[in-house]
Amino acid sequence: MSYHLPTDSTQNSGKKTLHHYVIGFGVAVLLTISAFSLIEMRLLNDTALYISLTLLALTQFIVQSVCFLRLNTSPQGRWNLLPYLFMILIVIILMGGSLWIMYNLNYNMVN
Amino acid sequence: MAHTLTNIAHHDSESNDIFGFWLYILSDCILFATLFSTFAVLHNSVFGGPSIKDLTNIHSIFIETMVLLISSFTYGLAILNLYKNESKKVMTWLSITFLFGLTFVFLELSEFIHLTLDGNNWQTSAALSAFFTLVGTHGLHVIIGLIWMLVMLLQLSVFGITPVMSKRLTYLGLFWTFLDIIWIFVFTVVYLMGAI
Repeated sequence: MSYHLPTDSTQNSGKKTLHHYVIGFGVAVLLTISAFSLIEMRLLNDTALYISLTLLALTQFIVQSVCFLRLNTSPQGRWNLLPYLFMILIVIILMGGSLWIMYNLNYNMVN
Repeated sequence: MAHTLTNIAHHDSESNDIFGFWLYILSDCILFATLFSTFAVLHNSVFGGPSIKDLTNIHSIFIETMVLLISSFTYGLAILNLYKNESKKVMTWLSITFLFGLTFVFLELSEFIHLTLDGNNWQTSAALSAFFTLVGTHGLHVIIGLIWMLVMLLQLSVFGITPVMSKRLTYLGLFWTFLDIIWIFVFTVVYLMGAI
């Protein structure tokens, strides 16, 4: 009895390799350390801190998605990518909308 | 020929199953997005109490972050050994991942207990309610992941690596990476931006 081990299809978007994990892990560690050291050292002003922290988080989000979740644009990977992009759209509408409404609400209450 | 056809059918249903789990994970991301919005709206509503900035310790959060990141990596090593069909090594890496995950939960719980004992619980202010709900929901997911990992270890020791087991381990791998990705935003939005 031989099992059909899903060596080539364990993830729809393809097989993971050590190469991907090591690169993903290394870059994620670097991004995390730089985010924490930005707060620790305080070389930037507040606005620049907010912007750089957001950029670091988004970069790490993309790096981990590509290296650990193996998100890609191959024909099979596209099936995973499309709902993923839709999730991001929903999240942007949800968060942007909530913050926009609540900001205006606070503004009108105070004034 | 018939054999090949069954194999293809099997292959397809397997990708469909994993795709279904992928959709669950994406919907869980939306759950977290609502909690993040709540936190973003309420994080300044401290009701005269201490702000989150005064309550958190960046150094312990850094250790938590690293521990979770390493556990994500070691889970990846378990998956690579799964491809090579080496049951023993999969179990070793799973156990290591479990220990790192347990360390994370332990650090987070000790932070929560510390906060609560100082009188800053989820009833103190809207900001702390939002804080405990967001970070606590993530912690709860990690605890569920740990229980799941224990079950996987037990099942691996009984059944060894079978197609069903490798599918389950793939689900857990997606779930575990998802938790690490959510944590990126938790430490950035709650702790680092909170500390500015």
